[in-house]
Amino acid sequence: MSDTTGTTPPRGTAAEAAPADTAPAQRGAAAVRSRRWALYAPLALAGGAFLGFYALLRGMGTGSYDPRGLPSALIGQPVPDFTLPPLEGAEPPAFSAADLRGGGLPKPVLINFWASWCVPCIVEHPMLVRLSREGTPVFGINYKDKPGDAAAFLRRHGNPYARLGVDQPGRVAIDWGVYGVPETYLVDRTGIVRWRWAGPITPQVLENDLQPLLRRYA
Amino acid sequence: MIPELGHFALALACAIALAQGVLPLYGAERRDARLIALAPPLAAGQLLAVAAAFAALLWSFAVNDTTVLGVVQNSHSAKPLLYKLTGAWGNHEGSMVLWVLILALCGGAVAGFGRSLPGALQARVLAVLGLIGVGFLLFILATSNPFARVWPPPMDGQGLNPVLQDPGLAFHPPLLYLGYVGFAVTFAFAVAALIEGRVDAAWGRWVRPWALAAWAFLTLGIALGSWWAYYELGWGGFWFWDPVENASLLPWLAGTALLHSAIVVEKREALKIWTVLLALLAFALSLLGTFLVRSGVLNSVHAFANDPERGVFILVLLALYIGGAFALFAARAPAMAPTGVFAPLSREGALVLNNLFLCSICAVVLVGTLYPMFADLVLGVKISVGPPFFHTAILPLAAPLILAMPIGTMLPWKRARLWPVLQRLWWAALAAFAALFLVLALAGERVWPALGFAAAVWLIGGAAADIADRIALFRRGRGARAQIWTAWDRARGLPRAAWGAALAHAGLGVTFAGIAGMGLATDALVALKPGESARLAGYEWRLDVLRDVAGPNWSARRATVTVTRDGAAVTVLEPERRFFPVGRQNTTEAAIHTNWVRDLYAVLGEERDGAAILRLHHNPLAPWIWLGAAVMALGGGLSLSDRRVRVAAPAPKGATVPA
Repeated sequence: MSDTTGTTPPRGTAAEAAPADTAPAQRGAAAVRSRRWALYAPLALAGGAFLGFYALLRGMGTGSYDPRGLPSALIGQPVPDFTLPPLEGAEPPAFSAADLRGGGLPKPVLINFWASWCVPCIVEHPMLVRLSREGTPVFGINYKDKPGDAAAFLRRHGNPYARLGVDQPGRVAIDWGVYGVPETYLVDRTGIVRWRWAGPITPQVLENDLQPLLRRYA
Repeated sequence: MIPELGHFALALACAIALAQGVLPLYGAERRDARLIALAPPLAAGQLLAVAAAFAALLWSFAVNDTTVLGVVQNSHSAKPLLYKLTGAWGNHEGSMVLWVLILALCGGAVAGFGRSLPGALQARVLAVLGLIGVGFLLFILATSNPFARVWPPPMDGQGLNPVLQDPGLAFHPPLLYLGYVGFAVTFAFAVAALIEGRVDAAWGRWVRPWALAAWAFLTLGIALGSWWAYYELGWGGFWFWDPVENASLLPWLAGTALLHSAIVVEKREALKIWTVLLALLAFALSLLGTFLVRSGVLNSVHAFANDPERGVFILVLLALYIGGAFALFAARAPAMAPTGVFAPLSREGALVLNNLFLCSICAVVLVGTLYPMFADLVLGVKISVGPPFFHTAILPLAAPLILAMPIGTMLPWKRARLWPVLQRLWWAALAAFAALFLVLALAGERVWPALGFAAAVWLIGGAAADIADRIALFRRGRGARAQIWTAWDRARGLPRAAWGAALAHAGLGVTFAGIAGMGLATDALVALKPGESARLAGYEWRLDVLRDVAGPNWSARRATVTVTRDGAAVTVLEPERRFFPVGRQNTTEAAIHTNWVRDLYAVLGEERDGAAILRLHHNPLAPWIWLGAAVMALGGGLSLSDRRVRVAAPAPKGATVPA
């Protein structure tokens, strides 16, 4: 702030002094010169902000900063206990926590919570189909859905799920800490949760976040 | 063909902007009159080229040209023409074109209205605007081509986000950009002044109208956005301290401070360095907003596509413009010594106080907005800074500001005494206390709303007292009749700037009344079957019927709710849940009935077992929030039309100044 009075000494960043006696211009100029360092404060602040924002953008590129990411208490933990029934009228068999924990998994598995009433699920669906076609096992958990609707959804959009369980009451989703559908977890070969993504899996997420993790835990 | 022409026009505009940025700057340095004289025609040329590109973009959307990627992603043939056109700027690429169009318009305005400016100053201002234009046109051409083609073209577009198909939101970005980009002009004036090393009263007089215009547009833009959030998002609130909302508030706060400190430069030739810094800051914060929204570093409903590459480009632009300006500031500011002197208790002192508090509020909002991001980056913790932080941090800063507002406007320049001013304001203070106790008594000891109403009455009363004092309405001496006539004459002779200031201050009071009223709002979540009713705030809300309706590009579930009070019909509300098949998206359409004193607000939720979930709100004085903003902007406009603004200070040939 500027100082503009004749009774107190100049202070603050853009000091601008105006003593109330004669020759104010010269005195003011002298005071400004003596506080010259303060005039660099905006530049310094802007420079600091620049470095900070640059770090943010870099972090977004490498995945260490993610504005949409939500922390999950499950990361690094074994999957919670659950047993799910299969979806009537669909091929994939159901699964339970035991299927993930046994250590017998040949590859890391994606656990995808979805529902036929969820619009972003339609958006991410082609990504899941592509992943399963490229050999990544995707296990689906159908969340708070009608069996007929869910089966029709898979008939229309294709089925990416190697295993498919139904969580009609939404209890398992609570144990996993699901915010909303779609939500996807990466479980490594020993059944430890390694990654969580709330929201649809876009090509960018697939490329920047998921692919490196799939390689790392393969 | 048309899209290619548009693309070419953008490239042409970029080349012209480069010439506009370099030649006049060099000319002003070398005092080459020919190069200086090039600035206005180049600005006009850039405006023409950008306008042509924008027209090509509008055309592509109007005819639903599905070979253009932007049209495919954001438009659909079934959309009404108005929303096809507004869809042109409802996405990242198109909105950037709008951004540079408004920048070019500002350049054109400086070229057209600024003929009374000293040639070198005008040339430098236009050059700075040209340089800003080059950067953003390059950004569009390099990373965000709005005319990118797709082949083979799909049958039809994927539709605009239905939430954006709304008149409020269609015109929210243009107004907001007029505000943001308007501060580019004050920024350019500040940079030109730093290059010349001179700031005087005339400079203050030239800058103020631009600051006023940008501020008025930004006020309207923010209000429109907040109004839209109120009626479209269906949450019943009007301000959420969302990072992107804050990003628009930051330049508004800095711009408000600039508006006031420029008065001191103009009238008293003091606060020069500070005013230049504010002019730089207002635009720097506008650019920061642009960066935050478009780089994807924020998680917000407003954010455009998440793209770090674009973010890096904008960040580099920001570093060049803001860093360059601040470096120039550090080097040149010491030359600008103030000549006017004043005592702490004076109009100048009050304006310093205003700046102190506005900038502190600005700093609080800035920290609250950026802290979560940097905390995540540095400390690795996810935190969210919400309304409680902003309310507790801003209130202690806003309270003294509001308290001082009516007093400050009545203080004389240079040296003042407080007592005579307080004598003229006693009745406004009395009315404020009356409002405080009245609300406390009626609304059951709700302290914050009561204080809000007291602040509103104090501000409106203070503005009225200011005008009454200026026209000597209550001065004793002559007969009442003669006195009223004299007052009338004085009122007509009062400069419009005085009316504008009073109106703007009163407008803030109206907004405060609205916010305080919202503090007394009540709501209820009810499940009703057709024929059943609920009571809220003395009204009987009866659900009559639930049915399906079809619109041009959506289908909806509509509830008909009849509201009665003491048996008398008040209104019929029809909230909807709309489904847009093209984008497979749902929107809620809140139904609102207002009588300007309260809003009745109903939102339709899910249906279960034949019963519809309805959220009912009773929002006292809610419309006043935006009405007050409109009054503030009107005050700004009135001030802008002041004769002293239109007729330049050292104007040769009576030419006009930017207005």
